[in-house]
Formats: sequence, structure tokens, C-alpha cells
Amino acid sequence: MLDIQTQLFEARDIRLGPIDHETHPEIESKWTHDAEFIRLMELKPVRPLSPAMVKKQYEAIEKEMEDDKNLFYFTIRMRADDRLIGKAAVEWIDWTNGNGFVRLGIGTAEDRRKGYGSQALSMLLRYAFGELNLYRVTAVVPAYNEGALRLFQKFGFIEEVRRRKAMNRDGEFWDLVSLGFLNSEWREKANSVVPSAMSGQG
Amino acid sequence: MKDIYRGTLVRLSSQSAEDMAKAFAKWDRDTEMYRLANSDPAQLWSEKKLKEFFEKDQDKDPPRAYRFSVRSLADDKLIGSTGLVPNLVHGDAWFYIVVADRDYWSKGYGTDATRLALQYGFIELNLRRVTLGLHSYNERALKTYLKTGFKLEGRIRGDGLRDGVRFDGLYMGILREEWLASQGAK
Repeated sequence: MLDIQTQLFEARDIRLGPIDHETHPEIESKWTHDAEFIRLMELKPVRPLSPAMVKKQYEAIEKEMEDDKNLFYFTIRMRADDRLIGKAAVEWIDWTNGNGFVRLGIGTAEDRRKGYGSQALSMLLRYAFGELNLYRVTAVVPAYNEGALRLFQKFGFIEEVRRRKAMNRDGEFWDLVSLGFLNSEWREKANSVVPSAMSGQG
Repeated sequence: MKDIYRGTLVRLSSQSAEDMAKAFAKWDRDTEMYRLANSDPAQLWSEKKLKEFFEKDQDKDPPRAYRFSVRSLADDKLIGSTGLVPNLVHGDAWFYIVVADRDYWSKGYGTDATRLALQYGFIELNLRRVTLGLHSYNERALKTYLKTGFKLEGRIRGDGLRDGVRFDGLYMGILREEWLASQGAK
């Protein structure tokens, strides 16, 4: 059923927004100095970035969104004061096959475990399945990121691939897990709860 | 010293952008080959554009990928392409192989080239593991990969859509210790 009233970018405590090139580089630069956050969010080696470098990245992201049309990138802000708390994206979209990757991160420890990630993922899935019409989405998570694994599994993602010892951190080897969620599975779940509760629950 | 580029049926050699472009301009017309090896829609490119693709990043140091052409030992014919795209931080690499000339299918050429590429990955790039992906309908490739020591690591449900049919993506991996053990057993 077409539900034109539900706002795609508004949840109970947070909202999805665009990049703010003026104020966000400073904040995200701070996040990149927190190795723990980057290791949860990225598979690449940790690297602290200056605000100017973050700004360049933002420009590259928006260029990619405009030119390639296979990336949809959002910032996560608090509804109350528009404060930047994280980022979320549907990326590497393969339109021919109807698949894409989702990822999200909450920048600081103070903003974690408050249900903001759940609200963001809920909106991201609705966007990927209801607006982009993808057949399926994938999330790639290092096995040490137990919080992310729990979050995706709570939403109904199923573990599909486990690349053994594909990550090396602190001299330890970790599996790299891919989780998949189909549009049909999302629809079934969405229909089993009140629609407005989907975007609000934490 | 042993010749690490030489197998029993094939050898790995440099990729001449010109030769590859000429060969793929012909091979890409074989859509069965194309759809076995690729996920993006089959399409046809000019020889000029193909040459540019093969030239891209070719003189980067270190290279983004280690790519080889596959040539038959018997008649030194160019029959396909293989390579490793490494993530050296984690010691992992994406591996690909295509025997693009269908006259050389099911005769052990792909297996031989796969073994050479794996050997290169483990003894020259010093990888800890090698990863690959394939379409679930590519049974010939699956047999080759199992034979050369890859293990199935998972199945991406409904990863692709062709002719209106959904199919899975299979992911496989081989660890350094597994490869080493298989060498000892030889």
C-alpha cells in the first residue's frame, strides 16, 4: 500500500539530513581521532583526518551521488537541536540486479545504546526497499562488532557469508560477516507491526 | 629456481593492453562466457575503449591489482585472464579467472591457471587468504575452485537477476595454512 504520509527522513528522536559542509567537517574530524569508532565503522586502517580532509571527502561523496547515482548518503542528526550524531548510507547499488549495501555509524559513545542506530536503520531500510525498490541489501560487519551484528539481526538480517580470518586487528584474526535482508522479508516484518511504530521504535 | 609463471597446461604472462583489447573485443561477443564471468549487463565495447580499460592503472606502483594473461603452453595462444586484487593491510585478495576462449573449457586450463595465481598470491604477495565470488549457476567454476582448495564461505541470496530468474552469489575462500597443507600433500 502506498503510504504517502509517513515521512521518510523523520524518526522519534533523530532525522536523516544532508551533509553540512560548514559545521560537520569539524565534528567528523574528531570522530576520526577515535580509533575505536573507526574500527567499528571502517575496514580500512584507522587514519586521523583534518577538517579540511573531511571536507574533501564530503565533496567526493556528493560528486559520486550526483555522477554515479549508486550512493545515497545521509547524516544522522538529533531532532531536538539538529546536532550531528552519525551517518548512514545505501551504497554500491547495482541497479541491474537490485542489490545494495547498507551501513551506519553513531560517532560517539555517549550517543550509542540509545536506540538512535535502530531508528536510523529503520529509516534506511524503508528508503532502500520502499523508495529505491531494491530486491535485497547487504551489511558487512567484522565479527568483533557485536553491537552491529545484534542490530542487524534484530531487524531480520540473516548471516549469509563468513569470510574466515579476513580481518587482522591487533594481531588477531577476525571473520568478516555478510548479512542479507530481502525486500520481501522486510515487507513481511513491516506488515506485522503498526507502520508508525517501525520508524519510532528503539 | 622454479618458474612460478609456468604450470602444466598454461603460463601466466604480462597483459599487453593491445592484445587483450583485440582478444576481448572478440570474446565479449560470447554472451555465455560473459554472463558466467560477470555480474554487470553484457555489453560490447570498441577495441579502443577496451585498450584504455586495460591500460588504466597499469603503471601504478605498487599496482592496484596483479593481473596476468593466460596462455596455453602447447601453442602459446592467449586464452584468458586472471588476477589478484589485494588488500595488503589484512593480507586478503580478491581473485578472478576467466578462460574466455571456449575451445579451452573443461580441459584443465582454468584449474592450472588458478593454481598458478594462488601460488603467486601465497608465495609472492605473502597473502593470508584469497577470496572469490561466483554465480550459483556457474557449476564448472565451482568444481574448479573446490578442486584447487577453496572452501564455500557463504551464499548471498538472490544476488543477481538474469532472464527473470533470481540466482545466488557464492563466496569462497582459501587460507594460507590450507594452501600450504595442500602443497605438502602433493
